[in-house]
Amino acid sequence: MVTTKDEIIDTINGFLVEEFEVNAEEIHPEASLSKTLQLDSLDYVDLVVEIENNFGFKVKPEDFQGIHTFLDFYEYIIHKVENK
Amino acid sequence: MKRVVITGIGIYSSIGQNVEEVRHSLYYGKSGIVLDEIRKEWGFRSSLSGYVPKPELKELLSRRQRIGLAEQGEYAYMSTMEALKQAKIDEEVLAKEEVGIIFGNDSSAKSSIEAFDQLRIKRDTTLIGSGSVFQSMNSTVTMNLSTIFKLKGINFTVSAACASGSHAIGLGYLMIKTGMQEKIICGGAQEINFYAMGSFDGLSTFSIRENEPTKASRPFDKGRDGLIPSGGAATVILESYESAIKRGAPILGEIIGYGFSSNGDHISHPSVSGCTRSLEMAMEQANVKASDIEYINAHATSTIAGDLSEGKAILDVFGDSKPYVSSTKSMTGHEMWMAGASEIVYSLLMMHNDFIAPNINLENPEEELKGLNFAYQAVEKKFDTFLSNSFGFGGTNSSLIIRKI
Repeated sequence: MVTTKDEIIDTINGFLVEEFEVNAEEIHPEASLSKTLQLDSLDYVDLVVEIENNFGFKVKPEDFQGIHTFLDFYEYIIHKVENK
Repeated sequence: MKRVVITGIGIYSSIGQNVEEVRHSLYYGKSGIVLDEIRKEWGFRSSLSGYVPKPELKELLSRRQRIGLAEQGEYAYMSTMEALKQAKIDEEVLAKEEVGIIFGNDSSAKSSIEAFDQLRIKRDTTLIGSGSVFQSMNSTVTMNLSTIFKLKGINFTVSAACASGSHAIGLGYLMIKTGMQEKIICGGAQEINFYAMGSFDGLSTFSIRENEPTKASRPFDKGRDGLIPSGGAATVILESYESAIKRGAPILGEIIGYGFSSNGDHISHPSVSGCTRSLEMAMEQANVKASDIEYINAHATSTIAGDLSEGKAILDVFGDSKPYVSSTKSMTGHEMWMAGASEIVYSLLMMHNDFIAPNINLENPEEELKGLNFAYQAVEKKFDTFLSNSFGFGGTNSSLIIRKI
């Protein structure tokens, strides 16, 4: 079970590299999530799937509206995991 | 009216994953039939199936391009890449000119079933993922390939059971002949997984000669006991003669006739008259006599009733001229939605390499069909004109005539 913040971030980076085929070197906390991953509206559906597969909770595609950077994404997931 | 020619072919099938491998298999009578053991666990009568390896597309397509491709779409991507290359249609041509796509496909069972299996577990439609809807529609092949290749012309799928691929080529031919399009990627694709075959297996239509997989498909033979499901994809690039000449593209043959009919009778029983009307319509349109047809690639799937019915129709029309007849399904199994397109590819390969592929496993032909000139082994023969038949459930029939120029 994923518990620490570092483990959560490693898990996120792991599925982004594996499922979204982004180079690990391109992942920086301040970088734009959507631009780096070249996300279109359909890809957010697959992000929801990956979050459920890896962390066991469901989110909505519209929850991503306030998420711009990788750091935003990490903090959103960490907050969700901590409040599960 | 414009002349319609074929400028490229591609194939991904159980007897080879490209034109050269398939040419070799056709000449040497190689079977693509294996046992797919999992079918027994699921209560199938027969585990016989064609086998097609999964293409490795990760290096060729982006994640978004791959995610909507169902199994048969992956096969169709491979066959279409090969056909476009031969036709000298590259990214520049695709960007500048209006190229269309018409493919035959009549199921996408695996994607649909897997999506619903996911829903049963997760109870949340979002968790099915974004690719499923684009994989599970019947038009999955054309919707994906038109996006991948950025096509700007006609774009739809033909669903006509086991005549789908043939009608796709026939409709493409009509669009180019009437001047509505200059270039169309035509073809047929067929998923091969067991999800797609269960209900068909349940009709007792499949061969159960499981002790001899490569001998199980035996069209026209007295010992035949049913068809063997198979799959893959075949692509045939159609183009107006003027466009092909202007581009310096290779011309592999000219489509000179497309005939069709509906039996107007039983949903699954074959019909001699329906088949005859289809092939006679193609001949009339091609303005050819029976004696002009030198080879017939029969639809014959190795079923008791179907082969007999088609054989009688061929005898009715070609009993005197006796063209060579063979069913390549003896090697490939029944490629269903793909068959009408793949059998054009197979026949073109024969025509360009001066041989007739054997109807393997034909040891004792039906008494009533002994008047047919079967190719029992590969026959060395130059020929210029062939006819290919395809028939499907619901009594849909399609015949194409192609000539070398």
